Amino acid sequence: MLKKKELSINMGPQHPATHGVLRLVLELDGETVVKCTPHVGYLHRGTEKLGENRTYPMALPLTDRLDYVSSMSNNIGYCVAVERLLGIEAPARAKYIRTIMAELTRIANHIVWIATHALDIGAMTVFLYSMRDREWILDLYEMVCGARLTVTYPRIGGVRCDIDQEFMDSCYKFIEDFPKRIEEYETLIDQNRIWLQRTVGVGIISAADAINWGLTGPTLRGSGVAYDVRKAAPYDAYDQIDFEVPVGKNCDVYDRYRCRMDEFRQSISIIKQCLDKLPDGLVLASEAPPYDMPIGKPRVMPGHPMGEILPGELVEEKVPFDELYSATEVPKGELGFYFVNDGTARPYRMRIRAPSFVHASVLPKLCEGSLVADVIANIGTIDIVLGECDR
Amino acid sequence: MIVDGTTALIEVEEGIRIIPGANTIVCALDKIVNWGRKSSIWPMTFGLACCAIEMMATGASHYDLDRFGVVFRGSPRQSDAIIIAGTLTKKMAPVVRMVYDQMPEPRYVIAMGSCACSGGIYNTYSTVQGVDTVLPVDVYIPGCPPRPEALLDGLIMLQELINKEHFKWSRWR
Repeated sequence: MLKKKELSINMGPQHPATHGVLRLVLELDGETVVKCTPHVGYLHRGTEKLGENRTYPMALPLTDRLDYVSSMSNNIGYCVAVERLLGIEAPARAKYIRTIMAELTRIANHIVWIATHALDIGAMTVFLYSMRDREWILDLYEMVCGARLTVTYPRIGGVRCDIDQEFMDSCYKFIEDFPKRIEEYETLIDQNRIWLQRTVGVGIISAADAINWGLTGPTLRGSGVAYDVRKAAPYDAYDQIDFEVPVGKNCDVYDRYRCRMDEFRQSISIIKQCLDKLPDGLVLASEAPPYDMPIGKPRVMPGHPMGEILPGELVEEKVPFDELYSATEVPKGELGFYFVNDGTARPYRMRIRAPSFVHASVLPKLCEGSLVADVIANIGTIDIVLGECDR
Repeated sequence: MIVDGTTALIEVEEGIRIIPGANTIVCALDKIVNWGRKSSIWPMTFGLACCAIEMMATGASHYDLDRFGVVFRGSPRQSDAIIIAGTLTKKMAPVVRMVYDQMPEPRYVIAMGSCACSGGIYNTYSTVQGVDTVLPVDVYIPGCPPRPEALLDGLIMLQELINKEHFKWSRWR
């Protein structure tokens, strides 16, 4: 009688298909995955700790490097959170510009997603086509702020600088031409037999499970749950924009792919509406904190072991002694910032609720019982970025 | 083919001469080896953080690294160079070293981005302050992240570096 033993293989941290430095330890019975254990932390850079040592305006560039595929959305998420904390209202024009930028970023993110996801599954042409179009969005970024990837364009209380007519024209041209490019990608893979075999019925997660695992974004919407922070708790200009939230119904990799392809079209429509409605005015609120925001001394709770601080020492009255959780919809899901503030210009605790981290945790659920080849499809479909996951 | 004693060799480039009529060149072996090596640098498909996205963009259709003979390979055993694209953490450093050790000689290291060069903005408890504490780096590309043009420039610098190599093909190098 031959002994049966499960084969343990180590996928990553150096693997072309793990989207960075994710490590999965797979226990295999033949081709079937019996157990899948994700290991994270290979890109833990201490962002939260760094954020606690900087004032709110100074910590903004750190958020670019969380989810570096959609850095603009992360900036906006952070700015919205700090604005809610400080009680600042961004001007209407800034809100519309931020909405345009967030949706451009959503397109750029989904382009990188379709490029890598298709490349992992074996469709190389999609990678070359879509990365070509991504340069277009990066050119638009360069027009407004001079940077391609780590932009730091939004500011607490608005945006850094106004957009000009040249940007508007280029943006109009982009939203006019880009739908043809989406059709191009769809021609390549939508009805492709190999693509269908690799994605339909793979990585099924029911709506109830998806909610229980804390999934958000297109990964959740692929399971038929129409939850979107832009609709549920609107920020920026989303409450004045008319858009739909695409949902899937079969809960598999293919439906999540369809969801994201539909989001392309919704984003185009949102950008068009914002450009048409763009109000005039300032782009930065007058009460926005300066770069060299005074730090101030921490306020201590009455009855706290550290003692009470005399009222005369309260320097920074603007920053409330409070805690706050603020969520925004980034392309990957719900990005949350949680601040505990002690009255200074630096958070006492900054916690980032990264969608990628939550999505990485669902991998065992998706992979166990499936084939080894489907692990690649599952990693692609949850759309993780390890910079955000490990922080 | 017998060469006429009176036929002079024609120098087409410094140190490279051709025999007229014959399909032959005469040069130092260094020249040939270095030319071959520099024209086909195959880096590893290995991204750590943000710079990997710019590395991908450089490899994709718009900037097209293939025209430099740079083709990404998935395995360290088939690669000539490793582009450290992103922040190296203390947890990742042993892995990077292991990957580097698996690469065959001659091998080159490009540190792409501020984090790989010096730690960048991440001066924290968990990041390695510069990849040169772990690997011997040949080319440093600063920037956060460097533009694709900067990466191309770095690769051209690496090509120049390879072109100056001497006697790096023998067993006793």
